[in-house]
Amino acid sequence: MDSNRKIEINTSPHIHDNPSVASIMRNVVYALLPVCAYAVYLFGISALALLLVVTGSCLLTEMLYDRLLHRSGSLGDFSTVITGLLLALTLPPGFPLWMGAVAGFIAIALGKALFGGLGCNVFNPALVGRAFVQAAFPVAITTWTPVRATGRFLEFIPSSLAWPFLRPVDTTSWSQQLGIDGFTGATPLALQKFQHIASSNSDLFLGLTAGSAGETSALLILLCGAWLALRKMMDWRISAGVFAGALLVSVPLHYGLDPQVYPGPGFVLLSGGMMLGALFMATDVVGSPLTPRGVWLYGLLIGALTVIIRQFSALNEGIMYAILIANAVAPLIADVTQPRIYGAHKKRRRPAP
Amino acid sequence: MVLSALFYKHTIRHGIHPPDNKEDTCGQPIRRFPFAPELVVPLSQHIGAPAIARVKAGQEVIRGEVIAHADGFMSVPIHAPATGVVKAIDLMPTARGPRAPAILIKVYPGDTQEVAHSQQLDLEHLDAGQLIQATQDCGMAGLGGAAFPSHVKFKVPSQHTIHTLVVNGSECEPYLTTDHRVMLEQPERLLSGIRLVRKAVGAERVIIGIEDNKLDAVRVIRARLRPDDPIEVTVIEAKYPQGAEKMLVKSLLGIEIPSAGLPSEVGLMISNTGTLAALGELLPIGQGLIERVVTITGSGVKKPGNYLIPLGTPLRFVLQQLGIKTRRERVILGGPMMGAAVASLDVPITKGTSGVLVFAKDALGQVPHVVMPCIRCGRCLAACPVMLNPSELGLLAGKRQYNIMATRYHLNDCIECGCCSYVCPANIPLVQYFRIAKTINREQALQVA
Repeated sequence: MDSNRKIEINTSPHIHDNPSVASIMRNVVYALLPVCAYAVYLFGISALALLLVVTGSCLLTEMLYDRLLHRSGSLGDFSTVITGLLLALTLPPGFPLWMGAVAGFIAIALGKALFGGLGCNVFNPALVGRAFVQAAFPVAITTWTPVRATGRFLEFIPSSLAWPFLRPVDTTSWSQQLGIDGFTGATPLALQKFQHIASSNSDLFLGLTAGSAGETSALLILLCGAWLALRKMMDWRISAGVFAGALLVSVPLHYGLDPQVYPGPGFVLLSGGMMLGALFMATDVVGSPLTPRGVWLYGLLIGALTVIIRQFSALNEGIMYAILIANAVAPLIADVTQPRIYGAHKKRRRPAP
Repeated sequence: MVLSALFYKHTIRHGIHPPDNKEDTCGQPIRRFPFAPELVVPLSQHIGAPAIARVKAGQEVIRGEVIAHADGFMSVPIHAPATGVVKAIDLMPTARGPRAPAILIKVYPGDTQEVAHSQQLDLEHLDAGQLIQATQDCGMAGLGGAAFPSHVKFKVPSQHTIHTLVVNGSECEPYLTTDHRVMLEQPERLLSGIRLVRKAVGAERVIIGIEDNKLDAVRVIRARLRPDDPIEVTVIEAKYPQGAEKMLVKSLLGIEIPSAGLPSEVGLMISNTGTLAALGELLPIGQGLIERVVTITGSGVKKPGNYLIPLGTPLRFVLQQLGIKTRRERVILGGPMMGAAVASLDVPITKGTSGVLVFAKDALGQVPHVVMPCIRCGRCLAACPVMLNPSELGLLAGKRQYNIMATRYHLNDCIECGCCSYVCPANIPLVQYFRIAKTINREQALQVA
């Protein structure tokens, strides 16, 4: 045994559990891939192009940010890919691609980089991007196209390829010429809200209704989310809280007031962005309060706000603003729900004999 | 009562399940270790005032003889682990880093294992105070790892009374199996130690907590209980850090030790099985603590096992005897969760050394060095057995808000078990931050005072 042998020193603990930030994020990407694939199946190459353009725009912005800060490697943590995919899934499938690129840039630049990058953002970056384009391009973001249109794998939805800063092609006539019966260019939420026409729950479950690229099949999103939750890569309590909060507000309205105006629990949970929001956006841990009681409160707040915005505001979908508002109050929630620590109350109880 | 017993599970909330890696050593009987040619016996092997050397260089010492006496109540004496000549009293490396005074003994070649100095005590007629004095005289410090002087612990504050002696047989640190082997091989010593300490602290009953990965030890001990012993053995779920006093009490009895309080405030005395078994052996014959059982294991050791090693044996000698597989390695005193990596192989085995782990460079699952930003995933909150908010504490530590950490986020309740660092996917050195923050707060408090 030689005397100049090298030994390593280090402080305890000397062992470490497996999942890293990158592996957690990578698993979220895996969980989103089936949802993306189904969106492409339903809406064709337009949806595919949108996913690629938005994600690419997010990655480029992140690269630019790295360059400005003279650092490297933040692309490897997959969080930017998640933001890109989620953002693309919240947009209408025929959304002009250049607008998608703008949304991706805003999501990363304003939503994430400005706050200091991964872990520092107050708001969910994907939703910041979407909120921006919702305000900037109000027509394009409410133009919906039918699912499973014929020839969707061969031709783009006309509006997708619109030139930057020019008025997009009107897709209404295009949709009608496809000859799909009864397509009104409205999502189930809009039909329900403004015309009180309820869509069937099975169509919502399988995603056979018009809507954003990824806000369609509740079943598929639920399965992907469950897979993540089982692998402990996602906090199921937040999702459960969102559903509970939504039911807490919608059930009394539906059964207590007017079942025509206020939809039932099945519709509330299955329609619009509820599933995608509850399972993949509300659970973005960076913006959550992270205390055990806090995450429940946070989920309940998102669920309740979603229904309130849907029913009582000019918008027909509310999950985006619900999550953004909850992101804003998350630090307050965390503050008032700090866990009770071991031995905090001076109990002087004797053990049972 | 029956129903609640059905649903009540003996375990703690939160905590972690690291791979326990005990299979290499838990089946190996304790073997006696040879004497090293030279022993390094530090004067401070316990928490409290270092002992005062009463030997000089060149003086001959006999195995078992007192070579340093206790400096007051918060100290314990030190006995010669082997017969030989005092070479010097010098500053030597310690596990904690800074050099500290130690007695160097040149051991006579061919020394026997006989212990010369022993005076029989009539334990039947000793009262509690005399038992505590006898505990101090044998130099006992907690063998579980903390090395807190046992007699100080057993001296119950006068305003408190002890009703239950809790015996810690959980050994929740991965790799370590000393308590397991001691329970299997020395149950009579353990039980006689328990009976003596129960008398010393005045406890009505005794509860032994053993994790469910050591059911053979449970059977061995239960088989040796006398009908009149007020002793029960309770099986608890294997989980880290259940061996921490506060956690063990919660698992076994469902009660919490008040924050910043002593176990005696709720009528409890907690002691570790290794300590009690050693007391059961040493007190009746009036002998000092001169050797202890140490688990030596890890991917870098050729002959892992449990060894009875004389105190003061340098790690270099230990590793020479057992064979090392790798050239570059990490050597840890204690378990992988709370043990200290040593910087020098001249560091000796002391009273608090429960294990020596040797790892090849990449064999530990490699603690990653790249620290990512906190993504607020909450894994640390779900792991912290004290229900702290390590994420928030970590962010505050990054901003050097050490005072706020203590006043608003209960920094001082942190038991430094390391669960938060273990689970953190961003590799943030949380518990390491907290140790620094606590130290800085203590220093500032001293400056103000």
